[in-house]
Amino acid sequence: MKEILLNPQLWSATLAMATPLALPALGGTFSERSGVVNIAMEGIMLIAAFFAVLFAHLTGSAWLGLLGAVIVGMIVAVIFAWAAVTLTADQVILGMAINIFASGFTAYLLNTIFGFSGTPTDTPMLPNIDIPIIKNIPFVGQILSGNSVIVYLMIILIFASDYFLFHTNLGLRIRAVGENPEAAETAGINVIKLRYLGVALSGLFSAIGGAYLSIGLLNSFSTDMSSGRGYIALAAMIFGKWTPFGSFGAALLFGFATALSMQLQNSALSKNIIMMLPYILTVLALVGVGGKSVSPAADGVPYTPKK
Amino acid sequence: MSALLEVKNITKIFPKVRANDGVNLTVEEGEIHAILGENGAGKSTLMNIIYGLYKPDSGELKLSGETLNLSGPHEAIEKGIGMVHQHFMLIPVLTVAENIVLGAEPGGIPYNKKKANELIREISKNYHLEIDPDAKVKDLSVGLQQRVEILKAFYRHAKLLILDEPTAMLTPQETEELFGIMRRLKEQGISIIFISHKLDEVKEISDKVTVMRRGKTVGTLNTKDTNEQELANLMVGREVVLRVEKSEYKPGDVVLSVKDLTVLDEQNIEKVKNVSFEIRSGEIFGLAGIDGNGQTELIEALMGLRQIKSGIIKYQNSDIEKLPTRERYKLGISYIPQDRQQEGLIMKFSVADNLILKEYKDIRYSKNGVIQYKKVFENASKKVEEYDIRPTDYTLLAGNLSGGNQQKIILAREVGSNPKLLIAVQPTRGMDVGAIEYIHKKLLELRDGGSAILLVSLELEEIMSLSDRIGVIHNGVIMDILDGKSATREKIGLLMAGSQIDAKEVEV
Ligand SMILES: Nc1ncnc2c1ncn2[C@@H]1O[C@H](COP(=O)(O)OP(=O)(O)OP(=O)(O)O)[C@@H](O)[C@H]1O
Ligand SMILES: [Mg+2]
Repeated sequence: MKEILLNPQLWSATLAMATPLALPALGGTFSERSGVVNIAMEGIMLIAAFFAVLFAHLTGSAWLGLLGAVIVGMIVAVIFAWAAVTLTADQVILGMAINIFASGFTAYLLNTIFGFSGTPTDTPMLPNIDIPIIKNIPFVGQILSGNSVIVYLMIILIFASDYFLFHTNLGLRIRAVGENPEAAETAGINVIKLRYLGVALSGLFSAIGGAYLSIGLLNSFSTDMSSGRGYIALAAMIFGKWTPFGSFGAALLFGFATALSMQLQNSALSKNIIMMLPYILTVLALVGVGGKSVSPAADGVPYTPKK
Repeated sequence: MSALLEVKNITKIFPKVRANDGVNLTVEEGEIHAILGENGAGKSTLMNIIYGLYKPDSGELKLSGETLNLSGPHEAIEKGIGMVHQHFMLIPVLTVAENIVLGAEPGGIPYNKKKANELIREISKNYHLEIDPDAKVKDLSVGLQQRVEILKAFYRHAKLLILDEPTAMLTPQETEELFGIMRRLKEQGISIIFISHKLDEVKEISDKVTVMRRGKTVGTLNTKDTNEQELANLMVGREVVLRVEKSEYKPGDVVLSVKDLTVLDEQNIEKVKNVSFEIRSGEIFGLAGIDGNGQTELIEALMGLRQIKSGIIKYQNSDIEKLPTRERYKLGISYIPQDRQQEGLIMKFSVADNLILKEYKDIRYSKNGVIQYKKVFENASKKVEEYDIRPTDYTLLAGNLSGGNQQKIILAREVGSNPKLLIAVQPTRGMDVGAIEYIHKKLLELRDGGSAILLVSLELEEIMSLSDRIGVIHNGVIMDILDGKSATREKIGLLMAGSQIDAKEVEV
């Protein structure tokens, strides 16, 4: 066991596995802070993962792949917002519908565009980045340097998100809308607009997470490759008390569980038990172990402006 | 003086209700204009239209001669209209400062906490409305939350300030303070629309009064040319008895006995300290005190909504301090909570459902776990009629009724169940004079029928006219228990402020 824990690979794998959880968890934080429960993030990740490969392949540039994924992801998010916010449809049912659609839609596109052989092997990948000085530090360098560019982008986004949500006027307004939309409206705030913004940001972050799966970690797409990360991200967000740093911390913990289970492939301890960790922790967080996790008061409640 | 606001022929129709029906109103610059009207007359609806929250179906609004076509509150705010709503529009988890500046934050992109706090300190100093900008709103007493609401409007430099029943929640002292502020604002040329059900307040502070009845404006009077009786009659459309007639005081057995009760608040601070008192059947025991002196904690402890630290609560000779709230209800204790929207009602349930919230399991209303709607509706139509809940359609959601009518639902449920002990916190808050007259009559009927009543009110007038004995609470301690007949306003006021100068020892 000690051997495993001292292996830098475990820790860089933790970071790599935490990234596709932390990104949608951040996105979910924005969406739920504005009062919209977006479980469609799972589907958005999957769709983005596919379009990342498609655009990267078509343009020959992984960066344009990322851009394409982000655009498509945000379009899906805005469609979700339109139905959930403007038409006040049930957010959970709507999210499920999008997820089921995403699964079928991407499988269909995969087969019609790329055929049965799967996505082309020459699809470009997003680069890994070496960090000068740090990369020469033993152990630490192996963990913190040489990761995918998305990992570093995620870290920047965490700080930026925390600043945005808790230190800017717009962030204050988003939180107000998720707590008490009526009060926000009487203060002259456009509730609908801010909820669109919250959902769009969740689309943006989920899409980056999806692209990371297909052109960051790998350079291919396979059906249902998001494999529930959008849901686990929601768990991370709850465990992290709807804050960017909290979400990141939870994502790291969950990422660690995944990394550990990969290292323990051959050990006696069942991998399945470790994979259960995120869910157990989430339940514990919800029942109030370590300070109760309180959701935004108007989370998931559609708002109809007065007429 | 020239007209600041002109309301011309405004009509607003909700499904099933004509809330405003050709309303006319003119508010001059620098005037305090009171609006009077029964519960459900359409006052809040009209104010929400002026504030841009509701769109009128027809009619015209003019501000300084310019026609207003408001697409939302943000435009109203821009034009200098501010409103303090009848029900709090606050965000409990945010700080006072964040609540006040929300939507009109100082500075650019980052939230400038220092500047915001500074601005708020300045305003709160100017208007003598002390407040800690960094406090979380959820930790504030109701009175202080109201203060935040008022500061919110001042912060936005309103030149027309709408106050929808601002004094319903305030102590007499706070009301006086508010009036001081209103007078100062008036001197600065600010116009104020002031809604209240308290005729003495209207008489004291306003220049003009407009009376509304059933969605229509029935007339505008100069305040100094009218009197309370005339206003009451105009508003209700019939003669109103403003004084309560009370029968002789004939106390029976002790119903509730509280001994050495100590209760903590969320911060583990003792809010009720060694309190002892008794209430007998056939008696109204008034609890007077400034808001935030332990009343809330005491009542919650009596109802089993809050754990006690020590002491004994005896109800009809058995200890009940360990019983859950539901069991206490079953023993015949009724409760009218202070916060009607949070604790008293489920806003998204119909009036009929709200009326059986406590009794839905009773065999009268359910059979084998299935609610018998025929019975529920029978009950609803009886209560709606008896308590004059308007509109009479009991399938409406509670949240769509006017504030005073929401209160009536709770009263119908709690008083209507003929309790042996009724704990009533501000039972007539936000009710019109006609309704208050009726409720007071009901409470006295209950008392004469042998019930015990604990009446908590910030309204001295109400306490003094109804109570047989009056306990005064200050800082968690019952300062004294006075005889209802001989107690004077001054004496109660002194005790409420914590002065014991001539408070003699009274054993209960
Ligand atoms: N959103 C709504 N939907 C349906 N009906 C409504 C709505 N808001 C108000 N009403 C109805 O319109 C009428 C006027 O209500 P309003 O709140 O304006 O009364 P009010 O004069 O302010 O009464 P109170 O003194 O009790 O506050 C009432 O009959 C009420 O039930
Ligand atoms: Mg009203």
